Amino acid sequence: MNQKNLFVGCATGFSGDRTDGTPPVVETLISLGGGVLTFETLAERTLALAQIEKRKNALTGYEPLLDDLVAPVLSRCLENNIRIVSNFGAANPQAAAQRIFALARAQGLRAPRIAVVQGDDLTRPEQLQYLLKRLGSDIDPARVVSANAYLGAQQISEALQDQAEIVVTGRVSDPSLTLGPALAHFGWALDDWHKLGCGTMAGHMLECGTQVSGGYFCVPGQKPVDGMDRIGFPIAEIDSRGNFHVFKAFNTGGRVDHRTAKEQLLYEVHDPAKYLTPDVTADITQVTITETAKDRVRVDGVTGHVRPPELKVNVCYDNGWLGEAEISYAGFQAKERAMLAGETIRKRIGHLIDLRIDIIGALSIFGDDAGELASRGFSAPANDVRLRVAGVHLQKELAEKVLREVLALYCCGPAGGGGVRTSLRPRLDTLSCTIPREAVPANYTIVTEHHA
Amino acid sequence: MSMETPNKAALTLSTTELPLYHLGHSRAGDKGNTSNISLIAWDSECFALLCDLATEARVAQWFSHRHPTRVTRYLLPKIEAMNFVLEGVLDGGVNDALNLDTHGKGLSFWLLDMPVLVPSDIASRLTIKPD
Repeated sequence: MNQKNLFVGCATGFSGDRTDGTPPVVETLISLGGGVLTFETLAERTLALAQIEKRKNALTGYEPLLDDLVAPVLSRCLENNIRIVSNFGAANPQAAAQRIFALARAQGLRAPRIAVVQGDDLTRPEQLQYLLKRLGSDIDPARVVSANAYLGAQQISEALQDQAEIVVTGRVSDPSLTLGPALAHFGWALDDWHKLGCGTMAGHMLECGTQVSGGYFCVPGQKPVDGMDRIGFPIAEIDSRGNFHVFKAFNTGGRVDHRTAKEQLLYEVHDPAKYLTPDVTADITQVTITETAKDRVRVDGVTGHVRPPELKVNVCYDNGWLGEAEISYAGFQAKERAMLAGETIRKRIGHLIDLRIDIIGALSIFGDDAGELASRGFSAPANDVRLRVAGVHLQKELAEKVLREVLALYCCGPAGGGGVRTSLRPRLDTLSCTIPREAVPANYTIVTEHHA
Repeated sequence: MSMETPNKAALTLSTTELPLYHLGHSRAGDKGNTSNISLIAWDSECFALLCDLATEARVAQWFSHRHPTRVTRYLLPKIEAMNFVLEGVLDGGVNDALNLDTHGKGLSFWLLDMPVLVPSDIASRLTIKPD
């Protein structure tokens, strides 16, 4: 197959990421002679939220920002043979594909060749029954919101080899969005574990967007990053042996060096000898990172071992309600007033619902839910704090009590409280297991436009 | 006995307490109820110190209020970094915890606040390194 180096850019690291980083990535790819544009948009919970939307309206359930991501670059991509690969299909890849046809039509463009990767959704009754049995769970199947297997790179690669210009997927492992194009481009064998390990780690470096190029990195005065208001999204240049460089879109802010690369390399990694994906067991124990130019690093020493035998599945289900409410206290004895307010609420409803109480500004996110760190006296001095009370209950009315009790502090609480904000949201929980690959009917299809 | 020996011994005995952020930088990630926290040394000398000072036992103790069921440290000497995997520290994880920061994203900065005893001769030249 192709021996020419492959460029893969990633223009979002999650659903809700900046959408204006895409044009610089596309223009950089065009200036380099072509490549693949990816968007990673599916965190663990995102798919369940998309399923909830799809239940309300069968034409939704894909990435809500799809238009903002695709519309500004669609014509440039189609004109310059920049392929697009993304999991922005979420719970409804077919609807996402139709939406892209509509976007092309609205711009007077020809219909692109779009492939949809399917099989990750395991919510058919017999599939759910199988999964819940495997999980040893007795939850009512009616509470299940989503059930998805993490697919790998194979179907993406096959779709690209079938000349798809845009590949829309639901749940696939994030690095597969990069490995798929590499498989298609170089013709690597699906059991060439070394190269699959390399392509997977290239994808891992890209999958969180700017987290490798200066995002989520800056500590003023210690780890500076220039141009954080216009950080460039990352691009990998992969060669036929699997070696790769990481850099960022040209004429953007941000920073790519050995430090940003190391932070992203280890992000969400457990054992560095066993980074598990559906495609391979990647091994980064011998990795080296070399700065080869400004904002450009070379990653060497990645390898891979045989892939895990089974596929990971996440089952998301309704699990009650989360009630949260906050109120501010500032000035003399602010922390003491906030703590008194929290204790008062605990006295009134602590026997009905498990509560977490934070004094934002003095001690909040470092603490544990049970408040052990607070009870050890670890709390910073502060005179402008926010009391936060949070509680979860299967019954909506009980979770709602958290909101009402904090609101009532306006009159019945300690002196000087103000600025109450409340929120009541359904809570989703996740169960995970693995299942045999045969139980997951992964495939791709080339889709055609439905005319209204 | 060389002239230097008493001096060296004196230096080794003298230590200064510093937070870990003088020795390295860090990022936290989550999977389920497990947090992984990287610790990346500023330089080779810092990495050698971190290997001695940021032990599994010490980190487990520093996170004791999060009740880790297991703390594993993986060393990556070629990039002068280590990866801590702390199981059971996220109050159930992103869906279950009542913490505002259900992912435990901020836990890297808890690790970086961990005080360690550094030989004073090294500590005197370790400040925050703009880089």
